[in-house]
Amino acid sequence: MLEIRGLATYYYSDNETVKALDGASLSLGKGQMVGLSGASGCGKSTLGLSLMQLIEPPGKIVKGSIKLDGRQLLGLPKEEIRQLRGKSISMVFQDPFTTLNPVLTIGDQLSECLRHHFSMGRKEAKERAVEALAKVKINDPAKRYASYAHELSGGMRQRVMIAMAVLCGARYLIADEITSALDVISQRHIMLLLEELRTKEGLSVLLISHNRPLLARHCSRIYEMKDGKCLN
Amino acid sequence: MKKFKKNKLALFGAAILLFMALAAAFAPALSPYDPNELGNTALEAPSAAHLLGTDDYGRDIFSRILFGARVSLTIGFVAVSISVLIGSLLGALAGYYGGAADSVIMRSVDVMLAFPSIFLILAVQAVLSPNIYNVMIVIGLTSWMGVARLVRGEFLSVKERPFVEALRCLGSSDIRIIFKHILPNSFAPVTVAATLGMAGAILTESALSFLGMGVQPPYASWGNMLQDSQAYLRLAPWMALVPGLFIFMTVLSIYFVGEGIRGASDPKEN
Repeated sequence: MLEIRGLATYYYSDNETVKALDGASLSLGKGQMVGLSGASGCGKSTLGLSLMQLIEPPGKIVKGSIKLDGRQLLGLPKEEIRQLRGKSISMVFQDPFTTLNPVLTIGDQLSECLRHHFSMGRKEAKERAVEALAKVKINDPAKRYASYAHELSGGMRQRVMIAMAVLCGARYLIADEITSALDVISQRHIMLLLEELRTKEGLSVLLISHNRPLLARHCSRIYEMKDGKCLN
Repeated sequence: MKKFKKNKLALFGAAILLFMALAAAFAPALSPYDPNELGNTALEAPSAAHLLGTDDYGRDIFSRILFGARVSLTIGFVAVSISVLIGSLLGALAGYYGGAADSVIMRSVDVMLAFPSIFLILAVQAVLSPNIYNVMIVIGLTSWMGVARLVRGEFLSVKERPFVEALRCLGSSDIRIIFKHILPNSFAPVTVAATLGMAGAILTESALSFLGMGVQPPYASWGNMLQDSQAYLRLAPWMALVPGLFIFMTVLSIYFVGEGIRGASDPKEN
């Protein structure tokens, strides 16, 4: 269970303070898919980044709480938070064209992640990475392992990103507009994939999107974001 | 590797470098004369007896080139390795972390650049004994600033790209992000800088030799051969042309190889 209570994230500039989040609360149960919608600039992405605790100056999380299965995440030491990312909570972004490193093969990036988190051997990491690619329905995963990002289609890249996000065991996925850069068909495939991961593996997804019909189709609950707060 | 092999120029450059390295390694076996032996006719034009002629002391230029290659190639390689290592590391830290680290590192770059490095080298050489190892290290330690600036610039732009944010979301540590992900993205300008630095190092050594602080006479380096030739440009142009040509060939080969590596490491290039 991921629970956010009264979360406030402000961005400071010389002459004003932008209250991107101002007392936002929401909860995401195990195996649930919950939607978060709202107009552009209402703080949806800030919420995602705040959850990952990746808000950088001039932004700052000023108050509130983020609890993961009852454990308070705010205020944990940096190293512990870093360990949580990828292992407990992951985030996938909108544009799959820029979220993969262009000079490394996708296999490199996947297995690197594993070796980093679990200090796994090269060979074992490769096996696990190929498995992960197969799990997200990439055709011929062993061959794709050696591909570079630019050799894949947008939908495939996004699937690789999802594979990377859940590879190291993350049970909570923040999906920030992950389908908005894709065409309708790829969009559908990605959503089916998320549904499958949710039902089969109990993945919990916070689906951030401005696409209300999409959220209505897939989510058990939808929060509407306004003035830095979440309305049910 | 496959892509590197496809690049004809790079292969050509690699072959020349390998050839030169081997020639340098087996210099004692390959040279027809003792490179420091006096007593032949001075300033003799290239002939069958002296393939590339003789210099102002009557030493065989071909033999001196072979022995000089040992010095010059080593100096170029070691000095550039040192400067690329230091430059990349400091540039990466400055560019990635920004803020205070950036200010401190970049101000020391400014200081180093403002400082006339040739005098620093001379001072160090005067205090320590002037041998070629000191020359290499000192050249390396005084030439990393350009690389640091380049790498910092690359880091400033690459670290803002979304994949870095995505990596953070997956729990990658700063060190991983810096060395595994961003550094390979800034490979191209570093290669170019390293290539140019190599030529610079060989020439710096020659300037030092000229001032008596580099390779000590009678031992040969391409640099001091070039310096020795100055007085005889009209009388014996081969004295200048031969070492000049070798420096030129080496630098060009390194450039081709560097370009080949850069192309091979860029996945989008075919």
